[in-house]
Amino acid sequence: MRAGTSATSGFPRSSLGATRQPAQLRMLSYIFRRILQMIPTLAGVILLVFFLFKYFGDDPAEILGGLQATQEQIDSIRRQLGLDRPVLEQLWLFVQKVVTFNWGASWSTKETVANIFATRLPATLTIMIPILVLEVGLAIVCGMAVAYVRGSLTDRLVMIISTVALSISFLVYIIIGQYLFAFQLGWFPVQGWTGSTLTNLMVYAPLPVMLAVLVSLAPHTRLYRSFFLDEIGHDYVRTARAKGVPENTILFKHVLRNAMIPILTNVATQLPGVFIGSFLIEVFFSIPGLGREVYAAVGRGDFPVIQAVTIYLAALTMVINLITDVLYKFVDPRVVLK
Amino acid sequence: MSAVPGVAVATADNLELPVAEIAQALPRSPSVWSQAWSRLRRDKVGMTSLWIVGAFLVMVLLAQVGLLAGQWQREVGEPFAPPNFVGAQAKEAAKVEAPSLPNVDISDIDPLAPYYKDWNERASKVQTVDSTRAATLPFGGDRIGRDVLSKAVKGAQVSILVGIAAAFLATIIGTMLGAVAGYFGGRVDDFLEWLYNVFTSIPYILLIFALAAVFKYGPMGKVFSSSIVPVVAILGIVGWTGIYRLVRAEYIKHRNREYVRAAEAIGAGHLARMFGHILPNISHVVLVQLSLHVVSFIKAEVILSFLGLGVPIDMVSWGTMLAEAQTELVLGKWWQLVAATAFMATFVTAFALLTDALRDAMDPKLR
Repeated sequence: MRAGTSATSGFPRSSLGATRQPAQLRMLSYIFRRILQMIPTLAGVILLVFFLFKYFGDDPAEILGGLQATQEQIDSIRRQLGLDRPVLEQLWLFVQKVVTFNWGASWSTKETVANIFATRLPATLTIMIPILVLEVGLAIVCGMAVAYVRGSLTDRLVMIISTVALSISFLVYIIIGQYLFAFQLGWFPVQGWTGSTLTNLMVYAPLPVMLAVLVSLAPHTRLYRSFFLDEIGHDYVRTARAKGVPENTILFKHVLRNAMIPILTNVATQLPGVFIGSFLIEVFFSIPGLGREVYAAVGRGDFPVIQAVTIYLAALTMVINLITDVLYKFVDPRVVLK
Repeated sequence: MSAVPGVAVATADNLELPVAEIAQALPRSPSVWSQAWSRLRRDKVGMTSLWIVGAFLVMVLLAQVGLLAGQWQREVGEPFAPPNFVGAQAKEAAKVEAPSLPNVDISDIDPLAPYYKDWNERASKVQTVDSTRAATLPFGGDRIGRDVLSKAVKGAQVSILVGIAAAFLATIIGTMLGAVAGYFGGRVDDFLEWLYNVFTSIPYILLIFALAAVFKYGPMGKVFSSSIVPVVAILGIVGWTGIYRLVRAEYIKHRNREYVRAAEAIGAGHLARMFGHILPNISHVVLVQLSLHVVSFIKAEVILSFLGLGVPIDMVSWGTMLAEAQTELVLGKWWQLVAATAFMATFVTAFALLTDALRDAMDPKLR
């Protein structure tokens, strides 16, 4: 649980004047305090990444120099990268890189890291946004349907299917799906990507999106079912039933609204993943996204790419968490931001 | 604890009660573990899963000592030998017409002629064994004719071992840090919470990638390059956060309970209180977390090995089998995919169901 989710419970701290403040000002000061709290965490991420690669990673000069490099060449690379300076100075250089977004070029492809972000992110988003939208939409519908028929055979069947389906590796679904739908039946291209977003969406994205959504459908249904069931057990549902509100209205107006908090939390935990993408899907379908880029960077020992992606995505995760916590307030006015 | 004069202190000695007899006459309250065991025994699904998991663990043990699938690297069958129940593949030997050329004796001008006798002598000293390769194998063969069934058994050994070892590592790290943070609170807690925030703010797949890069190219990688240590370490370092959080919450709950205060009163030190008194009381939480992590780490290991970031290439795991199976499927050789998937699905399903049953048995309030 993140610190912010505690906002759902607890009383407002009634310090003098705090309760008198206009709501917008309180929101602003909350956001400001949360941003201040991010700084030590982000500093920790930078320290972690820096020392991890500094003391446990290989000597960058030797990776860059290759097998044939002479000692002089290695020393020269070391001077260029600033590796001959004291550790604290290197850390300072590293922090400067993070802040100015100036990571220089990738070690193996000589493409600048900034350019890698700019060109790989669109492909990832083209795949991941449809996946997220379809996943959440279908899961709400299916979860509600299963919660509606709770305790029946269908309900138990979904539970069994999702347990068994989850035990098979995601890899197997992609391997078989790609073989069956693309190679054997020829409904989709096996893999590929173009420069046009529309073509990508219409031709190359459907199969990976479909596979990812299908695989996650059963576990998501199970999760969302539990969200709805938690709400259905509440008193307000019984009251609504008692005064004769139709079951549909109860589900869609009362239960759905109240279940938005856990749903929002669930979507928020998935959001950072949208930016890395499902690297497995990108690897299988040759989609030039960020996930595949990082995977390739691990394969060739391209440290700047890995470091940059790790740090910026950690920062992004924190921002998304903050936005989610602020959104709680809009979804549920009872939420008190501390 | 000296008796104050004039006040009758009711101790067992001066009342002269038969303490031992009373203790025996009292109804014995079963321990937490025996209660959990009796609840688990009533759970049919849980017991079935327990038997399946037990069978797999015996298989892993036998494979570890080399009694089972020790010969998995031998090429016992023909390449892509089909499973027995499919039947041998039809021979498609390409027939090449031997060119009919006149046999000319060139031994007069052949510069190698003087050496032939010597070479033949030496060649005859080399022992060769004609191995007959089976046309079919129990569950088929792979690209170079290794038995898929023994590969799946060996793969089970590696995958399950990695999963269990990584889960133990993550549990130990998480429990230790959680215990320290929850028990002491204050500055230590603040520091560990900060560490937790740092680790959880990095998307876990990126943390895995960063560690994989470090292990692959760093000094650690060179030491452990041909063992399962890197993948176990990666998964353990990435996976401790959830356990830490739960254990910390339990310690905060327990640290001021009466039994802990009582332990403090009789002079138990911090370590004794943390691990001698509180830990047994929260061990059910730890155990459930441990088994939950075994499942997720086995899945993670399969994906990492598939990508080539997991076990070394001279080992076989379910992940490396799936990596081979991807290209084999295009050729219509489905058996390796099916074998690896079936083994993994059986074990993971059984283990997941066992975990559910364990949780129900350990903490009946949760139901």
